[in-house]
Amino acid sequence: MSALILEGSPKTPTVNFDPETGFLELRGRSIPENSIDFYKPLIDWLDKYGRSPQPKTALHVQLEYFNTSSSKCILDLFKKLEGVRATGNEVTVLWHYEADDEDMLEAGEDYAGIINIPFKMIQIEEVDGGEQ
Amino acid sequence: MLQTIHDLYDELERHRVMLSFQGPLSTDLITALLGAVERKMEGLEPDQRTRRRVFNVVMECLQNLFHHNANLTIHEGTTRTTDLPHGVVMIAQADQGYQVLTGNFMAGADVERLKGHLDRINALPPDQLREFYRETLADGTYSNKGGGGLGMIDIARKSGGKLEYGFVPYDKDKAFFSLNVNVTN
Repeated sequence: MSALILEGSPKTPTVNFDPETGFLELRGRSIPENSIDFYKPLIDWLDKYGRSPQPKTALHVQLEYFNTSSSKCILDLFKKLEGVRATGNEVTVLWHYEADDEDMLEAGEDYAGIINIPFKMIQIEEVDGGEQ
Repeated sequence: MLQTIHDLYDELERHRVMLSFQGPLSTDLITALLGAVERKMEGLEPDQRTRRRVFNVVMECLQNLFHHNANLTIHEGTTRTTDLPHGVVMIAQADQGYQVLTGNFMAGADVERLKGHLDRINALPPDQLREFYRETLADGTYSNKGGGGLGMIDIARKSGGKLEYGFVPYDKDKAFFSLNVNVTN
């Protein structure tokens, strides 16, 4: 299967899903009005990836903003990865947040409390990839 | 008319209005309004957390206007411009923080449910509000708009205060919903 690469826009994040390395990345802003349309291809890709995943998968999430319409879709991505983990593979979510962005840290903790995947909270200086 | 413009300018200035808009909303217009808010906030507000919270609240409020709007009707597959969701939004500086005011027409039949949701949110202290958010996120029910009831909870969390709201009956099918969100720093 091929990598899923999407360039970011003012309302949608940069996506880089690499099936060869298990490195998955979601970065920037996720604030589209119709999140289901945007996330459908990502969920489908993970569905396919889950059939022959790498032994180690790491999803890096580095978002500056996301809307509540995206939050359910992001949960769906995590659920797909939960499935990958359930079949005996190592899966980690690396949740990046800016040092002073408590709300983004809390958002990561909220997901970590719902999803059965180890989360690593990573404090960074500044999120880039927002304004394109 | 020229005097009216001057009065309007004075009025907006006196109420420290950063942005106001009334009319049909498209996704492109929402993008433009959010861009304007972001630029204005950068000049006005030194605290990044407050800037982010205001941006978040404005974004959720505008997207609520866009999705939950009695004017959004599709006639046999074709959306006419007059059918774009209409709303009003005003963002102003307040004594402590910012005010985000929005208003839109909604289906009268949905008023009781929305009122119940808002009252429930307003009754919860911050830690229980967070718990309510988690439960709503985890329960997996989606509305066709995607948010599934999270929007108002998120707005309340970012605001840090109570949501002020009102409903005015308009006709037999519609009511006007107004929401005032105070984001305090």
